[in-house]
Amino acid sequence: MVEERDSSCLLSELRETFKSGRTRSFEWRKTQLEAMLNMLTHQEHSCFQALDHDLGKTHVESYKDEAETRLLFYPAKAEVIPEPYGLVLIITSWNYPLQLALEPLIGAIAAGNVVVIKPSEIAPATSSFLSKTIPLYLDSTAIKVIEGGSDTTQQLLQHQWDKIFYTGSPRVGKIIMTEAAKHLTPVTLELGGKCPMIFDFPSISSDLKIDMLKRTVRRFYGENLETLKGMTRIVNKFHFDRLRGLLKDPLVANSIVHGGSYDEERLYLKKIVESIEFINSKPKPLALYAFTNDESLKTRIVSETSSGSVTFNDVLIHCLCDGLPFGGVGPSGIGRYHGKYSFETFSHEKAVLRRGFFPDLNARYPPWNTFKLEFCRVGYRFDYIALILLLLGLKSFPKES
Amino acid sequence: MTFTFISIELQSLRIGASANSTFSGCLRSESSRAFQLPTQLPLASPSLPSSSVSSFALMAEEKKECAFDGEKAAMLVKELRVQFNSGKTRGYDWRIAQLKSISKMVDEREKDIIQALQKDLCKPEFEAFVSEISMIKSSCKLAIQELRHWMKPEKVQTPLTTYPSSAEIVSEPLGVVLVISTWNYPFLLSLDPVIGAIAAGNAVVLKPSEVAPTTSSLLANLLQEYVDNSSVKVIEGAVNETSALLERKWDKIFYTVEGIVMTAAAKHLTPVILELGGKCPTIVDSNINLQVAARRIIAGKWACNNGQTCVAADYVITPKDFAPKLIDALRHELEEFFGKDPMTSKDISSIVNEYHFIRLMKLMEEDGVYDKIVLGGQADVNQLQVTVTHIHLSCSFLLTYFRKIAPTILLDVPDDSHLMTEEIFGPLLPIVTVENVEQSFDLINSKPKPLAAYLFSNNEQLKTKFVNNVSAGGMLVNDTILHLTVPALPFGGVGESGMGCYHGKFSFDSFSQKKSVLYRSFNADSSVRYPPYTSQKLNLLKALMSGSIFRVLLSLIGWSKD
Repeated sequence: MVEERDSSCLLSELRETFKSGRTRSFEWRKTQLEAMLNMLTHQEHSCFQALDHDLGKTHVESYKDEAETRLLFYPAKAEVIPEPYGLVLIITSWNYPLQLALEPLIGAIAAGNVVVIKPSEIAPATSSFLSKTIPLYLDSTAIKVIEGGSDTTQQLLQHQWDKIFYTGSPRVGKIIMTEAAKHLTPVTLELGGKCPMIFDFPSISSDLKIDMLKRTVRRFYGENLETLKGMTRIVNKFHFDRLRGLLKDPLVANSIVHGGSYDEERLYLKKIVESIEFINSKPKPLALYAFTNDESLKTRIVSETSSGSVTFNDVLIHCLCDGLPFGGVGPSGIGRYHGKYSFETFSHEKAVLRRGFFPDLNARYPPWNTFKLEFCRVGYRFDYIALILLLLGLKSFPKES
Repeated sequence: MTFTFISIELQSLRIGASANSTFSGCLRSESSRAFQLPTQLPLASPSLPSSSVSSFALMAEEKKECAFDGEKAAMLVKELRVQFNSGKTRGYDWRIAQLKSISKMVDEREKDIIQALQKDLCKPEFEAFVSEISMIKSSCKLAIQELRHWMKPEKVQTPLTTYPSSAEIVSEPLGVVLVISTWNYPFLLSLDPVIGAIAAGNAVVLKPSEVAPTTSSLLANLLQEYVDNSSVKVIEGAVNETSALLERKWDKIFYTVEGIVMTAAAKHLTPVILELGGKCPTIVDSNINLQVAARRIIAGKWACNNGQTCVAADYVITPKDFAPKLIDALRHELEEFFGKDPMTSKDISSIVNEYHFIRLMKLMEEDGVYDKIVLGGQADVNQLQVTVTHIHLSCSFLLTYFRKIAPTILLDVPDDSHLMTEEIFGPLLPIVTVENVEQSFDLINSKPKPLAAYLFSNNEQLKTKFVNNVSAGGMLVNDTILHLTVPALPFGGVGESGMGCYHGKFSFDSFSQKKSVLYRSFNADSSVRYPPYTSQKLNLLKALMSGSIFRVLLSLIGWSKD
């Protein structure tokens, strides 16, 4: 756990760094992002090892889900100028412990902020990897990793941050937003929810559907689930017991059509399918999936349901599409990121208007009279002819009462 | 509900002291029932409107109405959710119909709106038109013109890794939203966010400020008459009603004034837009057109609700040598605008109520501050206005006391005074001098980030430094306030001055959920992403991620980079 005075010192150092203006320059941001690419390339093997230790992820799954990073850049508009918020806190989750730390970090750096990452203690090997490796590659006066559990998070939340980015559960999301409210700190909350999958093949009987799923699972993972290394473990005993508890519910147990067995040592599990009206009765999810060739059903799903995202005929892959924002709605989250949205989420978009001293319109200033009022009325309508007539004294207007 | 009210003249109040007022009253109503005499109203409460402390208003109701409590709030939200879930507010036709009705409402009832603003704030007709009515008209017009375009999904490029696919971002309404407004631009700050919420297809509840009661009441009546009130509702009231509303779960809350609403919103993970305030600094460099600069500072301060504006210049920073010239220019232009005695000018708004009047007097009369006044300082609580009101064939008159404070300039007040640490929100303008103008950036950055920051200068380098080194919600060079009128610019704060933004398309976006939609084909399904995982699959995956077609081809024939 980080000592109170240690975290205050750390944060003071970060604020000084930000104040110096160093993180705002294009050069600094580019070198940090390039360093991060180097880090991932050189340390790929260590990343895989850490993820395997925490979650039993195979290196292929790890690469696919976690190691993909993109350099970000965003041109500033002439009138709206993105500027860094300042001191940013990123609190990550355990399920994609590398990606959920680094993807927001990329956005925060690209936007020119100074950052503290608090990795999830539930994935300790990845947390340790980040803590040791990031200082070797990135500017450690501007980017720091603080390890620890919920006590550390609580302590960090007592300080004033300019932005907080959290990935995790809605329950903790509420706590974070409440703490952030004390300092009026804007938050991005990437939460969760029940992501439904609609499976529409009316020409195929429901029995055949289940058979297809069963056949595919066997092809991916073999006959004997317990012996094949291809499936991620459940992360810890708490979540294993939670999921086992869900399965043990008699109503659920009766609807299990495949698997449902569990091995406490190795921790494996399965998934279930939902329908459209049922979805709307539940809180808005982070993602909604639908397998269908019916175009009108697709339109119905997009316009009649609400979710962070919708993917047709696939799952998860929308995360790879950097042009699409990734984020929830309602209890599944606030805010979004990925691609340029990461940059935007860690920037304040400042409106800037520049004027000259000429022209200076007299009609704007007191003492006000009906002529000036008429001038403004006409001006707001962009009625230039009436404006000219008014100025030439050829247009009448109500006299003073 | 029909009512008649009479308000009674009281003894004048002394500045800074609590008033001892005695009064009696009687009430007439259509049904001629006798009513209980009122008890004395509490003084110095932030939420009391200007006419209530020195007079009282009694309302007779034909039928007794229950207070708006938690239960009523729950029913209200439930009803609106049913309306929203029916899909009615999502359609283009419904949204356009409401926006056109609001536009028509403003055109037809302009006189009523101006009168209401006059009653609540003593707002001159010109100000009411320019800063409230025309802004709403422009907002409506833009939304009506652009809505179809705003509602169109945004097509997005897809990468090699998801080929073949197409993607778009769809704007959908959030659901049932709450807009809590404030008193200084009570019409504008109520309707502008409501226009955004309706354009985005939401059902809306508006809670106007009770500190501007005539405008609040007018809004309730007008919206009931002109828009679809099964989906757009107005709830009038004060702290109790606001608390009852905030207990419910909303899909978005838009709040002007205080940040406490974020804590309430956190319980339901409700996203918020907070339009707050702060001390908006104005840097005045030498070597400029001083007359134009002075006029523009005045236009953005005393000609805007007498300084009671979130983006008014709160304080000025200028080089020491230049300060006397600036003060002279301001003095000269103030006289041009408001005459020799500004207290008698019809073109200055009053201070909204007793609470804010006393607050401002305390700021001005603090030790070490009062003797720094170089211009102004006059205050008056005895300005009496009589308004005759006709309601339902009965006639009554309203006597209202307005409080005025003259435009006041102070020079080099102590940095730790309340005047320099709190948001002024009134007609007091402290000028802080520095040795050279670049020192002003450090001073500004030592304070919380403001809603707006201004610079008057002809020095291009200084302008660039200003924009790059000062953080604020919005910035304006060589003018004040006007950036609010540009719909292409987002209006919102940063840090303690707020979060989120609106105006123009930003209003539509702020009240929308931007949903990502990815369409994939069943064709060209690559097994590279599926278990069982092998090193060949890893190679191909890396090649795909690199985006290099050449590398992909090499990988397919078995060549590995590692």
